[in-house]
Amino acid sequence: MSWFKKIKERAKQQLLPPPQKKDTPNGVWTRCPACKEMLSIIDLEQNWHVCPNCNYHFRVGSEVYFNLLFDNGKYEELFDDLESIDFLGFVDRKPYSLRIEEAKRKTGLKEAIRVATGNIGRNKMVVAAMDFDFIGGSMGSVVGEKFARAAEYALEHKIPLIAIPKSGGARMMESAFSLMQMAKTSAILTKLSEAGIPYWVILTDPTTGGVTASFAMLGDVHIAEPGALIGFAGPRVIEQTIRKKLPPGFQRSEFLLDHGLVDFIVPRHKLKDTIIRLYKFYKY
Amino acid sequence: MPTYLEFERPIEELETQLQHMLQQKERGENIPDEEIEKIKKEIIKKRKEIYENLTPWERVLLSRHPDRPQALYYLNTMCDDWLELHGDRMGHDDPAIVGGFGLLGKKTVMFIGQQKGTNTKERQYRNFGMANPEGYRKALRLMKLAEKYGKPVVTLVDTPGAFPGMEAEERGQAEAIARNLFEMARLRVPILVIIIGEGASGGALGIGVGDRILMMENTWFSVISPESCSSILWRDWDHKKEAAEALKLTPQYLYNYKIIDDIIKEPVGGAHVDPEKAAKILRREILKHLKELEEIPIDKLLAKRLEKYRRIGVYKEGDKVISSF
Repeated sequence: MSWFKKIKERAKQQLLPPPQKKDTPNGVWTRCPACKEMLSIIDLEQNWHVCPNCNYHFRVGSEVYFNLLFDNGKYEELFDDLESIDFLGFVDRKPYSLRIEEAKRKTGLKEAIRVATGNIGRNKMVVAAMDFDFIGGSMGSVVGEKFARAAEYALEHKIPLIAIPKSGGARMMESAFSLMQMAKTSAILTKLSEAGIPYWVILTDPTTGGVTASFAMLGDVHIAEPGALIGFAGPRVIEQTIRKKLPPGFQRSEFLLDHGLVDFIVPRHKLKDTIIRLYKFYKY
Repeated sequence: MPTYLEFERPIEELETQLQHMLQQKERGENIPDEEIEKIKKEIIKKRKEIYENLTPWERVLLSRHPDRPQALYYLNTMCDDWLELHGDRMGHDDPAIVGGFGLLGKKTVMFIGQQKGTNTKERQYRNFGMANPEGYRKALRLMKLAEKYGKPVVTLVDTPGAFPGMEAEERGQAEAIARNLFEMARLRVPILVIIIGEGASGGALGIGVGDRILMMENTWFSVISPESCSSILWRDWDHKKEAAEALKLTPQYLYNYKIIDDIIKEPVGGAHVDPEKAAKILRREILKHLKELEEIPIDKLLAKRLEKYRRIGVYKEGDKVISSF
């Protein structure tokens, strides 16, 4: 056993409550899944959860993006009293109602999307950011409704809307209602188009299924974090269909850039700067 | 030879009996007409009995019945003239999606539909009705043409899903579907969506946003197929029947949930038993709904369309439950 591991074990026993949002693994050390380097969690957090060694972008939740984008990490959360209910009585291996409760307990979140408004480079904007830890970032009624309200808020205040999708797709436990959220989120964006309100998308790891095939691919500008998995079908489904292994890098941000589906790839610490530049191009 | 599904076995037995009797009669044997009439009546009774009590899974099977009429059959049968148009004007033509002008009496309609194929060769050619991005882009091109001419759009949805292939991803499957959802929400002509077979997920929705959604009786419409739902949520392929129940994917459920606007009756035993009659019913329903939609001024129609999708969902806000049905 490496001395790292021993320290890690000991640290786990003695120290630190787990971070509030489960954006990173617990403990003081973690291993970068890409370069296998041991990294201190504190260093990692200070680097916006990007590996300082190899630039691997760890999956993070809405909280990190809000802190990263809004000036001084100051923002007001909107529509946070919306919650999912199991209105179809959907039961698979466990009831949907139980899944909702477990997700809330595990993540400390209320849903797979959070909407917040605040200043970015001293200009007010509204951001809708998703959390993958909440039932796979799946889109049900609440995600659709909060996204629609975020769009209406942008429309009403004439401020840009920024979406940060992160999702496995539609939420099966709401069946046709979740499918219809694709139409709902896409339809509301026509109003922003007509009013000339900017809509920018920051594509993060992973974004697949119904979310990609609706509001995630309808941005005026598509910004992607490096190495993010972005696609319609998941890689496993494609491999089963074509009965071949997919080449490395397939459906990653760089692949999407090559195929004209995103405008540019921006490392996490430059996201805010990029948004501010886009705002200037829109405004001046 | 017609194809019988598992739950249709009692009908098959009676039909075989009937054929047998008719042959005997032809050979000059003494078969009383009452006997033949009796068995014919019994077949009708049995069909009704079976078809009135279908489980959701059985309805899924019926929607995939090998003899079930598909988009091209309906177009060729119910249109007084029909002119197919091809290509997305960006390098491709997708045979999984067909479209063009159709004439119903003196009414020109832009029809767009998925075509799964009726035999092995056609099924391969049509990729089993699983469209690639170019299919959705062709559909959009045709919708824009309809908008230019001020003609209503009618879509005939019948797909097991958008194709999950490598090239589909390279050419932007998700973007192509998303673009259609966006454009269909604001297309300045009436759009009537009809599920004529399978309505699976984003692949169906890609031509499935409109002023009204109708479903034929033996069809389904869902966020995912029962098989895939079983494999993801139950982690095996054996729970498709439970998944079909849980997904509430049949026309009656979706009508009660106000997701769809109407159910189109099929001939007893399903559209495949009497395709011509099914086509006649479909034509009548299309004309009826288009007439109603065209009476609404276009700006009002568009506002109603946006409002329809804006409302859909069920959730809790504070202590209040907000529901669209």
